[in-house]
Amino acid sequence: MKTIKLKLSFEKEAVTKPIIYDLVKKYDVMTNILGANIEYGNRGNMTLEIQGKKKNLDLALDYFTQLNIKYEIYGEAIKRDEERCVHCGACTAVCPTHALYMGEDAMLHFDKDKCVVCRLCIKACPLRVISLEL
Amino acid sequence: MKSIALINEKIRQGKAVVVTAEEVIDIVKEKGYKKAYEEIDVVTTGTFGPMCSSGVFINFGHSDPPIRMQNIKLNDVPAYGGIAAVDTYIGATEPSTKMGNEYGGGHVIEDLIAGKDITLHALSSGTDCYPRKEILTTINKDNINQAYMFNPRNAYQNYPAATNSTNKTIYTYMGTLLPNYGNITYSTSGALSPLLNDPYLKTIGMGTRIFLGGGVGYVSWQGTQHKVDVERSENGVPLVHSGTLALVGDIKGMSTKYVRGAVYEKYGVSLFVGVGIPIPILDEEILKYVSVENKDIYTKLVDKSGKEAIDQKYNYEELRSGFVKFNGKKVPTAPLSSLSVARDIASTLKDWINKGDFELTERVIPIPSEKKVNSLEIRGIE
Repeated sequence: MKTIKLKLSFEKEAVTKPIIYDLVKKYDVMTNILGANIEYGNRGNMTLEIQGKKKNLDLALDYFTQLNIKYEIYGEAIKRDEERCVHCGACTAVCPTHALYMGEDAMLHFDKDKCVVCRLCIKACPLRVISLEL
Repeated sequence: MKSIALINEKIRQGKAVVVTAEEVIDIVKEKGYKKAYEEIDVVTTGTFGPMCSSGVFINFGHSDPPIRMQNIKLNDVPAYGGIAAVDTYIGATEPSTKMGNEYGGGHVIEDLIAGKDITLHALSSGTDCYPRKEILTTINKDNINQAYMFNPRNAYQNYPAATNSTNKTIYTYMGTLLPNYGNITYSTSGALSPLLNDPYLKTIGMGTRIFLGGGVGYVSWQGTQHKVDVERSENGVPLVHSGTLALVGDIKGMSTKYVRGAVYEKYGVSLFVGVGIPIPILDEEILKYVSVENKDIYTKLVDKSGKEAIDQKYNYEELRSGFVKFNGKKVPTAPLSSLSVARDIASTLKDWINKGDFELTERVIPIPSEKKVNSLEIRGIE
């Protein structure tokens, strides 16, 4: 079993398709809707967490492609290359939940549970040591 | 009054007492200035922050047939071709022609120090004595001749903290600044910072031997934009940017632990440079300067969008706490300069001196003091 978090963006042709039904019925994928913003008959986007066998998740992603739905896979959290990090703290300037913070020891700390995967830190890092955990 | 010769004699005998600029604070509090002065010989400082005004001079050696290089690229990053045939200067902020700001001069310098092979591509119009018109090869730090870092401006003595008054995120060399005063960034190693520990440059001057990028370097001149006639706190520490140093050092002794290429989003490439300066405790006055604490080092806050004039100062203890009050609101603060690497530098320099590997130098001349920095006037061209 594998879980992925992803954002779907679709144009009006796909809005009328029973995507969630197909995910469950055709691909045996457990689906949890984390956020959705759909203008019926126009366009929309949806943030989903889907869980299933790797093969089925791959088929589900193919299904999105067939329907011309753009998807973007999120990590569960950001990942920091601790070897290469210099603990400058530039990332803490943009982290909205203070998941990244400077400790009393002047080192950068990361509280994974607080990370909302907003990804602002990735580009704020001057050393480019932060990436999405996929 | 101690002399540098006396301190060096103690270093050679393994008897010199060396402490970092953070350690000295508690020693002075415990023992008082007089006793601490009698005991301490050297205080080491350190800083590791982005310093754009940095670069490396390189001599590649001559090929057969030889080339007078004019258009030079190192890993697709343009380097200066306006000096002698196979000399160049690669500046930290130069972006790659292929990767833009994601790779630049700062990264070439880091890769060079790491010992990696770097692609050299150079063009020339060709001359009678230098007939070759193009060269494509790889170089590394072992197959080139001289390679020395020469940084026109490092170790800024204090720097204003930054914020953003506009309703849009702005991207600056002071990091990403969130809308409506959403955050404040600052860049310093505070109580460990070289020039904050010698606010009137009473000991640091041309010829002062220093830690530079993990190797040994020297102060070679005043840095660009150096100025001394600035607003200061009672303890002599400037409230805004003031003194700067031009530094030189052989990259062959350096380490990528202390020299790192950096990218500031939608701004450009820079270079983290590690600098550590030893301060000889020649008299009690110098000891007073080096025992300065973060709570007594203030810096002004500046709106980096340039829209609002802010009249506010904070000390580095407040800024380090993670939040400060601004306009009655709690605003998060973030550092841009690595205090943990600065500590590593100050303690590494202390170890070098303790082992007798690093002696202090007498400065050749004090840093010349420019009273002010000129701005660039836009004049009409006749």
